[in-house]
Amino acid sequence: MSNEIRGHILNYLKNKVRYDGRKLEEYRKVSVETGVSKTAEGSAKVTIGETVVMAGVKFEVGEPYPDIPEEGTMMVNAELLPMSNPEFESGPPGIESIELARVVDRGIRESKAIDTKKLCIKAGELVWTVIIDLIPINHAGNLFDAFALAAMLAIKDAKFPEIKNKQIDYKKLTSKKLPLLVEPVSVTVIKIGDHLIVDPLLEEEKVLDARLTVATLPDGTICALQKGGSKPLSQEEIEKMIDLATEKAKELRKHLR
Amino acid sequence: MAYKKRLDGRKFDELRKIDAKVGIIKNADGSAYFRIGKTVAYAAVYGPRDLYPKFLQDPKKGILRCNYNMMPFSGAGNRVRPGPSRRSREISYVTENALSPVVNLEDFPNAVVDVFIELPQTDAGSRCAGICAASMALADAGIIMKDLVSAVAVGIVDGQICVDLNYDEEAHEEGDVADVPVAFIPSTGEFSLLQMDGKIKKKDLMKALEMGKKAAQTIIDVQRKALKAKFEVDNNE
Repeated sequence: MSNEIRGHILNYLKNKVRYDGRKLEEYRKVSVETGVSKTAEGSAKVTIGETVVMAGVKFEVGEPYPDIPEEGTMMVNAELLPMSNPEFESGPPGIESIELARVVDRGIRESKAIDTKKLCIKAGELVWTVIIDLIPINHAGNLFDAFALAAMLAIKDAKFPEIKNKQIDYKKLTSKKLPLLVEPVSVTVIKIGDHLIVDPLLEEEKVLDARLTVATLPDGTICALQKGGSKPLSQEEIEKMIDLATEKAKELRKHLR
Repeated sequence: MAYKKRLDGRKFDELRKIDAKVGIIKNADGSAYFRIGKTVAYAAVYGPRDLYPKFLQDPKKGILRCNYNMMPFSGAGNRVRPGPSRRSREISYVTENALSPVVNLEDFPNAVVDVFIELPQTDAGSRCAGICAASMALADAGIIMKDLVSAVAVGIVDGQICVDLNYDEEAHEEGDVADVPVAFIPSTGEFSLLQMDGKIKKKDLMKALEMGKKAAQTIIDVQRKALKAKFEVDNNE
């Protein structure tokens, strides 16, 4: 079945058109909304075509890691809800959700987007932990980019709760925002046959040969990479994919405002 | 110390603001959004579809399988750990019982209808909001049903019978508090969900159930309107 779909998709791509009529390097319509969950300290909803995802930020406090006693911590988690796709099943996180969470985590962590040194309450004793949960509502492809964008929007939306006697009072949010140093944006480029495309549909993701997720900063610095898919990539292809991702990131960045 | 005025200023028999919509999740066969106050529920229905493993199949009737889940950031306090808990398993189970009386399970032997209920934010009454959303999503999926189900919590706060308790009321410290989530089938006048925790006298419970029936009727109207809205034609286009 997926072989037949691959044939169709490849035939279209030869004529420089996508399965849904888009151009190869064209993104679907993107819209974003913040403050979508009142129980989260920060939240966002990102819609890319028919793909809808949510991100929520929760704060916790705890002891710092012994090797970084003056730094807070962050964590990214993704739950691929069976609500969002008929093929997802209930159960412990599979490799797909683990990879998604880790790739988004890397983009934020390695770019040092959150200034974790400022998440210290008392050195060696108490620090903030920022937990970012990523959830698909409707999965119609390109969760990598949607999750990464939603995560950054939720982080920017987040406000610290009040803290008294080492306990968080979640009912009272302060006006203090998370300390941000930079804002990474991720774009995933997909290779099918000899064609490079962005913002894949679920159907395209199923038949891809390779994919490359590239997180970049406004000056073009690359802060995270992840290659997926079973086929290898040549250096020329990697360069092309990074160039395309960097270019497309400029469009997506507008939604971060 | 009677509870004379509700913390959020509502009348004792007044529901929080309700918003409902169907067809919000494109991948699903049926879906719905139901919001009551600050409690929001999404529901997605997939099926009837093949049921595996095969030994779970019933050749006489289909299976309605519900899954209630709070998103990790949907609690008023700490982050909710992802994955099933004893609480969410139990709520899933009572939700199945609340909905199955209206679904013609004989229509799809050996198959399953999956109902996924997800909550992005909650302020009490989440199982009831979930049942309301699920009932709409089943109808949206074209599953043959005898009626819609609506659900709401009733209860008593410091001597006063109230409908649709919010979290602050559930956590009220003075006097007895009872929280009674109910699901109601309007056409038969029967209850398909009944739970209660707290302390309540029998006569107060009966009064509360009466109040719940009236509130359920209001909710049913909102659910019906949302389902009809999907098929409305805009003549100006």
